Amino acid sequence: MTDVRDALFVAKASDGRLIRRPVSPHLSIYRWPVTMLTSILNRATGIFLSVGTLLLVWWLAAAAAGPAPFARVQEFLISPLGLLLLLGWTASLSFHLLAGIRHLAWDLGYGFAKPGLNPVTWIVLAGTALATAAVWIAAYARLGG
Amino acid sequence: MPSPAKPAQIRVMRSQLGRARGAGSARSGADHWLAERISAAALIPLTIWFVFALISLLGADQPQVAAWAAHPLNAALLLALIAATFHHAQMGLQVVLEDYSHNHGFRTAAVLAIKAAAWLLAILAALSVAKLYLTAH
Repeated sequence: MTDVRDALFVAKASDGRLIRRPVSPHLSIYRWPVTMLTSILNRATGIFLSVGTLLLVWWLAAAAAGPAPFARVQEFLISPLGLLLLLGWTASLSFHLLAGIRHLAWDLGYGFAKPGLNPVTWIVLAGTALATAAVWIAAYARLGG
Repeated sequence: MPSPAKPAQIRVMRSQLGRARGAGSARSGADHWLAERISAAALIPLTIWFVFALISLLGADQPQVAAWAAHPLNAALLLALIAATFHHAQMGLQVVLEDYSHNHGFRTAAVLAIKAAAWLLAILAALSVAKLYLTAH
């Protein structure tokens, strides 16, 4: 049995033939514009940051538990895996923050004009790199180089 | 002269099967959408504050971190950060699941599990801040 929705896909070609109405192309067809990349990145970084809350909770709980548990968190954070995760979370937080501010502007009705879409997207990406670098440079300077 | 027969008009851009199944808007969700935005706005200053605080705490040992967290302003901001973070995270994850997961049973179970985990983690984090604050005062 055919899907009842097929009735809505019936259309006429310019020569009058009945055809199945084409549906819009999807991910595999489009060349990825940068706005598409940042759109999905906002979700990906959001998911990654949600996982990162585990570290926040571990850090707080260890600080409350005492010196020995806290030393274990510190030890993990300066391990190669810990540093890699911290770098990932710094970058994700920077991106999600900047893209989030842009989303709030969109929600207020600003920033939909077509000429600005790609430049602002690149500003968000460049801002992410700058903010991430700034945090790590500040951290490096804080620890005395 | 008879007028030519009008072509059948489609007035509802939704299949009859979809209507019968009750697909489409649930007529609610604006509050969820708005709460996501409000928590996002709150997280802008809270997150920036927290990153600056973490940089200033680099290399600090447990007593120094405990003393920092016991300061009333820091403890209050930490609790606000915890509340806004988990509120925002579980709402965002719920939307991701609702967008991409089409298995109703799995989706419901996953959303409930995420909400449970968010509650438990937030409570644990808040208790830790409370302990640091109350121990010092």
